[in-house]
Amino acid sequence: MHKIAVVGDKDSILGFKAIGFDIYPTGEKEETVSLLESLVAEGYALIYITEDKAYGIMDEISRYRNSYFPAIILIPGSTGSLGLGKKFVKESIEKAVGADILAQDD
Amino acid sequence: MARLNVNPTRMVLTTLKKKLRTARRGHKLLKDKRDELMKKFLAIVKENRSERELVEKLLKDVYSRFIMAKALMSDTHLEEALIFPKQKVTLKASSKNIMSVEVPVFEFYTEGQTGDDIFPYGFSSTSGELDGAMIALQKATPHLLKLAELEKTAQLMADEIEKTRRRVNALEYVMIPNLEETIKYIVMKLDENERGNLTRLMKVKDMMLEEAHHYKERMAQQQ
Repeated sequence: MHKIAVVGDKDSILGFKAIGFDIYPTGEKEETVSLLESLVAEGYALIYITEDKAYGIMDEISRYRNSYFPAIILIPGSTGSLGLGKKFVKESIEKAVGADILAQDD
Repeated sequence: MARLNVNPTRMVLTTLKKKLRTARRGHKLLKDKRDELMKKFLAIVKENRSERELVEKLLKDVYSRFIMAKALMSDTHLEEALIFPKQKVTLKASSKNIMSVEVPVFEFYTEGQTGDDIFPYGFSSTSGELDGAMIALQKATPHLLKLAELEKTAQLMADEIEKTRRRVNALEYVMIPNLEETIKYIVMKLDENERGNLTRLMKVKDMMLEEAHHYKERMAQQQ
């Protein structure tokens, strides 16, 4: 059995607590990075992180991209979508195909 | 193309020919694998994209409802209402094999209260907006998990496709041409040796005949 964690600013993620996910409010960049590492070590299989918290630490997140666990998924924060999640999908396509052949104009 | 550094002998030729056959077969198989992976990948990535859009829309709705709820309640009250969940979500991750890429399949179980009653708080001290937010979030949860599954699958497959593509290219543009060139070189060298040998034999034969019958002297006498 695996657990699900939600990382982000408190205002955005409080609701997930009531659904039954584990929430980890975080502040600064360094805090987020070390939090992420400890969550991975604890064996969380699925970590949702809000885009505004993920923004500065994309390198850290990319490290887990090709490993089976954990799946780190970006979700928009309460301030709205930054388009980082979509960028991740785009990067996957570019990596596999060489160009984003499914690009939409938006 | 660079020729391999080998001795031009018949034995090496046989080994190289065998290697070339293997390389060609491997190339064909890998190419098929790449094409099939790509087909599957594109389907998944399309789904991934639409699922992400859906999730972002759903979450936006959830957040706006939460903001409304927050505006009507104090922070402490809101936190108090949500801090002790009625249900707990656990995740069961099994794996699925798509073209020898292990991809995760997430199933989630909710423990505790089931049914529609997801509210971990009494209705008297909370605002109605919070109920709406909770329902919206509850609805978004399966999509969130689906998104996670699709996105991880897409990432893993992208990695595998890249690896396979590199292998195909390495075989197609380096290994196979090198082998072909080397084989050609050895065949030419062996043929050349064969011709050299033949010429030598003919010459030796001439010399031996000359020694036995003295043709040249006889020709000179006749004239």
